[in-house]
Amino acid sequence: MAGSSPLTSVSDWLRPQQNRMIVLMGLAGVAMLIPLVANNYVLEVLTNAWFYAILCLGLNIVVGYAGLLDLGYAAFFAVGAYTTGILTSKFGVNFWLTIPVAVSCSMLAGLIIGGPTLRLRSDYLAIVTLGFGEIVRIIARNLEITGGASGLIGIDRPSIFGLELSRGIHFYYVFLLLAILACFISYRLQNSRLGRAWQYVREDEDAAEAMGIGRVAVKLYAYVIGAMFGGVAGCFFAAKMTAISPETFTFSQSVLILLGVVLGGMGKIPGVIIGAFALVLFPEVFRGLGSMRMLIFGIVMLVIMLYRPEGIWPQKQREV
Amino acid sequence: MSTSDIILQQLANGLILGSFYALVALGYTMVYGIIKLLNFAHGDLYMVGGFVGFLVLSLVSGLMGSSWAGILCSMVFSMLAVGLLGVIIQRIAYVPMLQAPRLSILITALAVSMVLSNGVMAITDGEYLAFNTDLGYEGLDLGNVFISYTQLVLVVSAALLMIILYLFVHKTLYGKAMRAIAIDQDACRLMGINVNRIIALTFFIGSSLAAAAGVMAGVYYGSLHFFMGFVIGLKAFTAAVIGGIGSIPGAMLGGLVLGLLEAFGTQIPFVGSEWKDVFSFGLLILLLIFKPTGLLGKTEIERM
Amino acid sequence: MALLEVANLGLSFSGLQVIQKLSFEVEQGTIASLIGPNGAGKTSVFNCLTGFYRPDSGRIDFNGHSIIRRKPHKITRAGMARTFQNLRLFKSMTVLENVKSGMHCRTSTGALGAVLQTGSQRREEALITSVSEECLAFVGLLDRKDRRADTLPYGDQRRVEWARALATKPKLLLLDEPAAGLNFDEKKELITLILRIRDELGITILLIEHDMGLVMKVSEMITVIDYGAKIAEGTAEDVQNNPKVIEAYLGSDDGEEFL
Repeated sequence: MAGSSPLTSVSDWLRPQQNRMIVLMGLAGVAMLIPLVANNYVLEVLTNAWFYAILCLGLNIVVGYAGLLDLGYAAFFAVGAYTTGILTSKFGVNFWLTIPVAVSCSMLAGLIIGGPTLRLRSDYLAIVTLGFGEIVRIIARNLEITGGASGLIGIDRPSIFGLELSRGIHFYYVFLLLAILACFISYRLQNSRLGRAWQYVREDEDAAEAMGIGRVAVKLYAYVIGAMFGGVAGCFFAAKMTAISPETFTFSQSVLILLGVVLGGMGKIPGVIIGAFALVLFPEVFRGLGSMRMLIFGIVMLVIMLYRPEGIWPQKQREV
Repeated sequence: MSTSDIILQQLANGLILGSFYALVALGYTMVYGIIKLLNFAHGDLYMVGGFVGFLVLSLVSGLMGSSWAGILCSMVFSMLAVGLLGVIIQRIAYVPMLQAPRLSILITALAVSMVLSNGVMAITDGEYLAFNTDLGYEGLDLGNVFISYTQLVLVVSAALLMIILYLFVHKTLYGKAMRAIAIDQDACRLMGINVNRIIALTFFIGSSLAAAAGVMAGVYYGSLHFFMGFVIGLKAFTAAVIGGIGSIPGAMLGGLVLGLLEAFGTQIPFVGSEWKDVFSFGLLILLLIFKPTGLLGKTEIERM
Repeated sequence: MALLEVANLGLSFSGLQVIQKLSFEVEQGTIASLIGPNGAGKTSVFNCLTGFYRPDSGRIDFNGHSIIRRKPHKITRAGMARTFQNLRLFKSMTVLENVKSGMHCRTSTGALGAVLQTGSQRREEALITSVSEECLAFVGLLDRKDRRADTLPYGDQRRVEWARALATKPKLLLLDEPAAGLNFDEKKELITLILRIRDELGITILLIEHDMGLVMKVSEMITVIDYGAKIAEGTAEDVQNNPKVIEAYLGSDDGEEFL
């Protein structure tokens, strides 16, 4: 064929659903086998990457699907982590029981924050979510029950079927499985009635309203589901670290998660995962940069927005 | 201290705080009024202004000393330099984004803010920088109330800048163009107004006012920090919203109101403490939900 | 009882009275038109009917219920759909996806159903697809359903808007200048389409239009407004010969259109 290159034939082969599933299964298989060959340091880094993948996928639903600029996403992560932290370390509740509570709390936070504010213009919404993120952090820093500025310690490690999850390899699989679950849920949502509604509202809010789609309700769904992802990530984060402090949940953290989503490509699941990995791997690879990390991230974000706003992952090709 | 002493003292404190907020809020409101963009990076221009002022002062202090002459010189230079920076940022980062979805330009503004604040952080290693001046600590001693001459000069200077801005916007052709563009950009283009140049001018003025506030803050507090842009950005935005975003007198009024609220708030136990920021954020959020048009703003009607 | 009853509708913007004491009715199963010179306030009326503007006074009753000042999506759910004067398609989405948006308010699967892909979710998706395809077939665009909406020529994009509005299964369809930008043949097709919507689908139609030929050909009842107030009402013959109407149009640049 004229004009065909190895790249086009690969992307042609990838078109049918079946072949893509084969690739995904293969990748998942590789991911599961990595702990057998990797040392502790690499495992820790990859675990962190899967953890950020969950957070980025959650924010992707809010920013990428529904088009809402949320600058306070770390708040949901904080609510999940602190709920689990407080319940296990101060009340001795079994970790697995704290998960539904923590997730409910995050979702409730999403409702409280999103309910009155999602009808605001996008610029205002960004600032409001930023404000809420800060409020949550300051509350965590000042209340006794959250451990004040030094945070919580002594969070229990969970056990599953008698095996205590304490080693790096355990948490690698935990976060990998959670990430796979997050991908699956994101994918199903994206290609559903709700996913389409998010797209309609994102593209043209008023036209969507005219078509009978309640824009505030639709946005709220995205916000609360995103909060759920953050809450779950927070629970397991608390269990893994056994100690959390309010400094983990700063505005910079929210921006970092946003960067992961933007870098890989807003709204595209493989892109978001790549973005999360880039976030975690980049500072590891370029250790020497240290304090310039955020500066470089800022420059990267600027460059992406100016020259490749669709992110690293290519845009889905539609028939022209 | 009697109540009237406290009131007088906090009034003075509130005025100067309010002046900073007003100057920064003006930049926010002018840019929002003209291109409907909330420039996240605006607060960081205030911070950069302070640092540039510091640099210039250390350079000229040999010639002019570190008192008002030197400070004035460094402030003027900082206003020009940061004004220019504002225009450059607008050209490089915002102009290409005007046709993109709203989300993109907001993220771009965020990225610019990150670059500015983390850039300065890298340069200063995250440390506080002492802004040393030879101003002395004299002032008006009214019994239990003390108002330093520094405070007075700064408040008067800020007021002067605001008067100059008001005259510019209402008495010059450029100002008229700015107001017209805020109402209907396309009509202005059809009228032959060089819209792009006026928008650049708006950025220049807004950024230089923020820089002036930054230098003043450096002088007043005696120190600079790379993170001061973040906090003032949010506070100035709150001030702009209080007064009605898009309204220039609104920004001045809002700045004043916020400054006074904060000054008097320090006397209230719950508000004047670690919970101070929660209070101001809470206020902002409530405002946006219930009265987004603020005190002097106009309700926007979107025509379909 | 008429399907749509508007009584003493009033709307003002910053002191300017845009609509004043406007009253008219649209009977079920008819095609009605709202005409008037440019700036008469026609689109503002539509915006009031569909909940995008909040009128200051008056009454809007649809199907026996008051819908004044309700949110737009609730009004669409109640059975009143609209198209836009300047097309507002979801540009980056396909034609089919655009039309599917209409079915959103007629279905209910939420997040849980989406993730679990339950039986009812799958049935609903099949229903959404089939109804959307029916609407596309009705306007003659089924063969282009997978193309990006913004790659279609203008006339076809208009038809996607109509298909999209039809997918909401409305009782009353508001068409905002449906003939704008269409050439002669496309206008003939539009007339056929409008008549088919009334006759085959049983949908009542209210349209705003500048093309007098089209208006006279399809309308059973015409309401004429100028400066936001009704100046005449009646059938095509009544309106054509009404001196007030002629004066309103002759006094403006639309004069040529009318004659």
